[in-house]
Amino acid sequence: MTFDAEALAQIGARMAQGTPQAAALKFRLVSADAAGAAMAVPWSEQLVGDPDTGVMAGGVITTLLDHVCGLSVSCAVIAAGQGIMEYGMATLDLRIDYMRPAAPRREVIALARCYRLTRSIAFVRASAFEDSEDDPVATAQAAFAFTGPRPVVAPGGAS
Amino acid sequence: MSAAGLAPQSRAERLAALLASTPYMGFLGMTAELAGDEMTAILPFADHLVGNVLIPALHGGVIGAFLEMTALCQLAVREPLRRQPKTIDVTIEYLRPGRAQTTYARADVRKIGRRIANVHVEAWQEHKASPVAALRGHFLLSLAEEDAAG
Repeated sequence: MTFDAEALAQIGARMAQGTPQAAALKFRLVSADAAGAAMAVPWSEQLVGDPDTGVMAGGVITTLLDHVCGLSVSCAVIAAGQGIMEYGMATLDLRIDYMRPAAPRREVIALARCYRLTRSIAFVRASAFEDSEDDPVATAQAAFAFTGPRPVVAPGGAS
Repeated sequence: MSAAGLAPQSRAERLAALLASTPYMGFLGMTAELAGDEMTAILPFADHLVGNVLIPALHGGVIGAFLEMTALCQLAVREPLRRQPKTIDVTIEYLRPGRAQTTYARADVRKIGRRIANVHVEAWQEHKASPVAALRGHFLLSLAEEDAAG
């Protein structure tokens, strides 16, 4: 299996600040490698969803999870030896379970793993937490469809 | 000032208070209009909401967040709430790219129990019959009347 770490570093940096919404939310790339991708969003006053508690809005976590899930697909495609610019993709669906409110004034990290890659669909699991994946704020499950030229994946997928 | 804590009596007051007191709804730039008990949430296009600059398209997370906030607004319209409902789970289905234009959403409270509400939301842009995304979610409630009861 070939793995282009440089390509991933580039796509990770672009995902963190290259899209306007990610820049507006001040997303930070934590890691992007063959195992998956992680990004963080800092707490800020303007992202509060419940002024009684100061807890960040669920929508911010939704956006972070969607974003990092997409990046994890890029990780899986690159890990499978495919060029990252050869395809486009769209989120088909995203399910999020909220275990508990995020801690006020804390950064939230989201970690995503693309656990199955087929010719047309990528399946991803993710979780969001402050300190440990074992104590999640939220968990997510997503499916992405490849649009345009499809990545060529060996039978059985990349995982 | 907290919107939900005051539990204002009229639908319009509850909706306006929630929109004004929730910083993230301001960050998105969303508003809502009320016709009787029918609410339409409105998300004007803004550059900072873009997820894909090539199309350009709204960020999928923004669309999901707008749908979730619409559900919270609809619940505030529907019932006086002691605290803002907590989102338990959401399932977001993406049907079409969200283009660089105004997005609208309406929520349907399918079931509201003592503790849990089930809400469906649909978002569209030019044609309501061609939705861009849909959300189904469960929300944990703190009804205002529970305060009075003890």
